[in-house]
Amino acid sequence: MRGTPRALLKPFTETTGLARWMLVAGVLLTAVFVVFAVFAPWIAPYGFAQASSGGTPFPKLGHPSSQHWFGTDRLFFDVYSRVIWGARTALKVVVLSIVLCVLLGVPLGLASGYYGGWFDRFVVLVMDAMYAFPSFLLAIVFSFLLTNVYGGSVVAVSLSLTAVYIPQYFRVVRNTTLSAKEATYVEAARAIGASDGVIMRRYLLQNVIQSVPVLGTLNAADAILTLAGLGFLGLGIQSTDAAEWGHDLNRALADAGSGVWWTGLYPGLAIVLLVTGLTLVGEGLNETLNPTLRRRRLLPVVMPPRNVSTPAEEEQG
Amino acid sequence: MPTKPDTEAPDLLVDVRDLSVHFALRGGTLSRLFGRDSGTIRAVDGVNLSLRPGEVVGLVGESGSGKSTLGRALLGLVPATEGSIRLRDQDLAQLSRRRLRQIRRVVQMVFQDPNAALNPSMTVEEAVGDALRVHGMKSAAERRAGVVDALERVGLSPVELFLSKYPRDLSGGQKQRVVLARAIVLNPTLLVADEPVSMLDMSVRAKILQLMLDLKHDLDLTYVYITHDLATAKYFCDRVAIMYLGRVVEIGPTEEIFAHPRHPYTKALMAAIPEPDPDKMVPRDLPRGEIPDAAQPPLGCAFHPRCPEAVSGCGWESRDLRTLVEEHWLRETAAYDEERTVIGDLAHLDAPSTSATIGSGGSAQVRAILEGMKAEDPDEPLWSGVQSIEDAGSGVTVSFEPAPSPALRRAGGVEVACVLYPDEG
Repeated sequence: MRGTPRALLKPFTETTGLARWMLVAGVLLTAVFVVFAVFAPWIAPYGFAQASSGGTPFPKLGHPSSQHWFGTDRLFFDVYSRVIWGARTALKVVVLSIVLCVLLGVPLGLASGYYGGWFDRFVVLVMDAMYAFPSFLLAIVFSFLLTNVYGGSVVAVSLSLTAVYIPQYFRVVRNTTLSAKEATYVEAARAIGASDGVIMRRYLLQNVIQSVPVLGTLNAADAILTLAGLGFLGLGIQSTDAAEWGHDLNRALADAGSGVWWTGLYPGLAIVLLVTGLTLVGEGLNETLNPTLRRRRLLPVVMPPRNVSTPAEEEQG
Repeated sequence: MPTKPDTEAPDLLVDVRDLSVHFALRGGTLSRLFGRDSGTIRAVDGVNLSLRPGEVVGLVGESGSGKSTLGRALLGLVPATEGSIRLRDQDLAQLSRRRLRQIRRVVQMVFQDPNAALNPSMTVEEAVGDALRVHGMKSAAERRAGVVDALERVGLSPVELFLSKYPRDLSGGQKQRVVLARAIVLNPTLLVADEPVSMLDMSVRAKILQLMLDLKHDLDLTYVYITHDLATAKYFCDRVAIMYLGRVVEIGPTEEIFAHPRHPYTKALMAAIPEPDPDKMVPRDLPRGEIPDAAQPPLGCAFHPRCPEAVSGCGWESRDLRTLVEEHWLRETAAYDEERTVIGDLAHLDAPSTSATIGSGGSAQVRAILEGMKAEDPDEPLWSGVQSIEDAGSGVTVSFEPAPSPALRRAGGVEVACVLYPDEG
């Protein structure tokens, strides 16, 4: 499809002022971390659980130097490498949990809003019950339960984040479906003989999914924080399984008293920057996609070339 | 303009028999919890209608008359409560949802508001092609050929200009052409058009109507044209069915109905057509009041409370008495306080019944008040429908002549449901 690149660029080309620069700054910040995550083996000088190189062990709590830009921590790991690898863990978890949220929450919300009745009431009740819990508490409970099943892995943490965020997707999609299904074009679809599945897939989905990207990016920022929080409490991923910023911060806690600042500063900075980046993308997208906030850039009017008018065109106006 | 179908084929395309569509009213939480009946709306109530192939039948009526519901029932979009809708040899009222979806290849619909009838996130090609897609045409190239053909038929050319447009890029008339294209792309035999031009500009209306007539000739379509606009019905239809509160009150050839309207409601509708004559004021005998509550339609002929030609056998009832008494008080404000104590509360009259007990201050006084009201307006047709006034406790019981809802009966070239036109034979 030729229109796809242009459609993807639309948030940028159609915005102006603050929204535009929020979006640009957010995308750039996030892109840096995505590059870190994707190319971690090439960018990071060492592995995330590597304590020696070429036979020489790393120093314990070594100062930042030319060998170890961000120094080393008390487990002899290179902090710079762990920050880079940490981006990979964070992105894996967040992408997995948001994909799961969308894959489960959107169809569930669509079906619940479209069919209504007892099914709808039951699902709404379950989702509201989940939403009523403080989200961090829910994440802790779920990762407790899931680490017994999956161990302290990326999958377990992703699933517990999914449990926290899925009610939001469900609610947004269900409520927009509820109003969209009353539209005449849905009855028109029924009139041409479309089945319920076709109506939901081809008629409702595109019209109810618009707020999901905004929700996704904003949740991603939140999910990074929750992930770091779980790691900080020692409930997330273990440091030998993968590099995880929250867990590194936890270990850096003891160093802070003894004047070792580099083990805490860099993972913390990484969290702050990635969360900022994702939030800026989310807010920027919101300004662009949400019609109540949107202020469109006035595009120059291009007059079409003159051609012979047809009866249908005469109706224009 | 369109003439009678030239083939005298006696076989009907659609035969609607005693069709009723009732909607249950949704009561409060408590009554739903205890399963109490909160009443039903009789949107369509015992309608008979037959369509010959190639015919244009108009359904005309006020809002709330059930004309749109009848149209939707023809597609199976609303379930029939009673009766049958025979399309050739299938009864739509009995079909499963799956089979109904297949029927929609043959019966299609054009909606009133072209702005709402198109999915905002589908291009013209997708919107029109989706009708083909849901009926199993897998190949995109085949679909495109069908879409191009349909768009050309509805006059959206050059087609390439419109294929990738979204509804928001089109004008109202163009959107309605797309809706028409979507309806004809499956090559249906029956098209239900629900007020297809009422949302369009005056200048576009005639073009769309002409287009629909052209399509009818090109594709051998049969139309059900739903409208409240008698002017377009006169232009467009072979036969017209006038609907009131879910029933057909008059049906016949368009010329005959317009030349000699028989039912008082039809006459009232005709009188409501504005005339471009400054000397003529707003018509005089428009029906009084509003269209009644369809959950509890008037007894007898549903139109009788508003009818300027009502007679004794129209089915007078308790609610009419309440209206009459209240109107009397509106005129005679001085007598209100005194009479109100004699007559007492009128709220119980809202339950429809052919006998009404009123009064709490002595039967003689109540009788006197009623006599006074009768003397005030002796021509009021309600009094002719009173069978007896009997003493009952401290009030009186007024009994009215019970009357069934009049059936459609032949009168001249048309069929009318009115007591003024008894059966001709």
